[in-house]
Amino acid sequence: MGTVVATAPPQTRPRKMIAFWRDGDQISHLVTFIFAASVFLVTVFLVYELWIHSGPSRAKFGFNFLAGTTWDPVTDQFGALPFIYGTVLTSFIALVISVPLGVGAAIFLSELAPPKLSNACTFLVELLAAVPSVIFGLLAIFTLVPLMRQYIEPFLKHTLGDLPLFQGPAYGVGYLTAGVVLAIMTFPFIISISREALLAVPREQREAALALGATKWESTWQVVVPFARLGILGSIFLALARALGETMAVTMVIGNDTGIHTSLLSPGYTIAAIIANQFTEATGDIYLSALVELGLVLFALTMVINAAAQLLIIATTRKGSKPA
Amino acid sequence: MDRITRRNIVNNVMLTVTGICTVLTVSVLFLILGYLVYNGWRSLDWNFFTKLPLAPGESGGGMANAIVGSGILILIAAAIGIPVGFMGGVYLAEFGGKTVPMLIRYTADLLNGVPSIVIGIFAWTVIVVPMHHFSAWAGGFALSLMMIPIGLRATEQFLRSVPDSLREGSLALGASKTRTIVSVIVPAAKQGILTGMILGVARVSGEAAPLLFTSLNNQYWANNLNEPIAALPLMIYERATSPYDDFHRQAWAAGLVLLVLVLIANLASRWVLSRGATAQRG
Repeated sequence: MGTVVATAPPQTRPRKMIAFWRDGDQISHLVTFIFAASVFLVTVFLVYELWIHSGPSRAKFGFNFLAGTTWDPVTDQFGALPFIYGTVLTSFIALVISVPLGVGAAIFLSELAPPKLSNACTFLVELLAAVPSVIFGLLAIFTLVPLMRQYIEPFLKHTLGDLPLFQGPAYGVGYLTAGVVLAIMTFPFIISISREALLAVPREQREAALALGATKWESTWQVVVPFARLGILGSIFLALARALGETMAVTMVIGNDTGIHTSLLSPGYTIAAIIANQFTEATGDIYLSALVELGLVLFALTMVINAAAQLLIIATTRKGSKPA
Repeated sequence: MDRITRRNIVNNVMLTVTGICTVLTVSVLFLILGYLVYNGWRSLDWNFFTKLPLAPGESGGGMANAIVGSGILILIAAAIGIPVGFMGGVYLAEFGGKTVPMLIRYTADLLNGVPSIVIGIFAWTVIVVPMHHFSAWAGGFALSLMMIPIGLRATEQFLRSVPDSLREGSLALGASKTRTIVSVIVPAAKQGILTGMILGVARVSGEAAPLLFTSLNNQYWANNLNEPIAALPLMIYERATSPYDDFHRQAWAAGLVLLVLVLIANLASRWVLSRGATAQRG
């Protein structure tokens, strides 16, 4: 008897294993895991490659790279500040325009419009988000740039010309034009996510405010919008991350100037634009690795903003999904 | 009384302002479409689809190589991106414990947020540098990286939305987990997954930034996939920033074709999804 018990496990274990493998569950687990893990590995590899290929530039300039203001391929002097400045400035201009416009439209679509109209408009706005970046660039070159040069920029100089922000000739291309293009490209994200956040606000919140005698606007602005503020903020961060990394449309209208200018009318450069313009022409290790390092800086910048956006959006969807 | 009138005025003004915001934002799409159709249609002819690009000054010519090139790049991207996204999504939804899927989900979101130009640099470092030349492979690889996170999250999301009763029913009948996934769960979620894949294709088909220094562009037919290859978005960029009127017209035509393709893909994905929803209800 004792021997039977002792020999039983070695017999059944292989058989169980065989049954397991015949079902294929272990195999499919393993295979799908390999594919899923490859997503993780490729992302880690991406960071590693950026780090390695920016090595010569990091070794030569260190942290001064971030503060340097000269970009001179002839003498191999590279500093990233003009491009960081241009990237942040154009994205900031974009948000100044797209946040009020996007949040306003989201409020209309969630609070006022009948559901059918709201869904139709959201659908159209989301289609706008699908329009490729080069097409925004194409339209901007032939419509927005002449418009800015002939009407809007002269008008701004005429009325606000005393400010340092609106100095110099009206080229049509520059920080302001790039910012306007980015605003158009980012408000679909703000509208569609803010609308979701506003729709997730429990109905009781609105009814309570209205029952206290608030007007529709007061209930919306003082109760509903604060309730959804994290989601709205998340949508803004997401739009910001998009704007920072946007390449083609900006490259086509930024004007390609490696200086730092206070005037919004002046041509400039963004990180993405200088990589797009100079990468294939770059000769020499330092030049190339400086461009890769710019890519690394851009990567880090968008990652931080994206992470913040994700956290905020997760926070509100959790709150909204709770039954009130 | 005065106070109430003021509050009512504020109410009406602000609500009107939000309406104006909506009209402004929605009209942008129509402006873009209208202007592109107006300019593109005039420049579009049969040659556009059948001829190679010509040098500046010569009128005529087309972008046949760029249309085919874009198709090839998307095929390469889909051949890598769809299997990885789908299988990875199956793992996240059906296998996986707690920490590992969370980590993978997080990195997929990270990858999704990487600027397209940085994806281009990555593809350049891993494919163009070792091969010593630009190639269609490198471009397709770059595009596939942008497609993977979309397919992955869509697959996971729609597999998760399949009710557990279906899983349990299949398992109770004695089917293995693999059999359950293949024959029950994936078919139940196929519309949603397909939608995600189409959206992924639509997203990468308009991308130019990751192709700038991977597939580079080409004025002629590419003989094989180890050579630089033309793509519609790259052609638009190149032509729009050139100083020639002929080139501008070609850019408009290419822009119209690209936008129509991207919008059709987006509409198709919505159509698939809505059909799935009605089929499940009925």
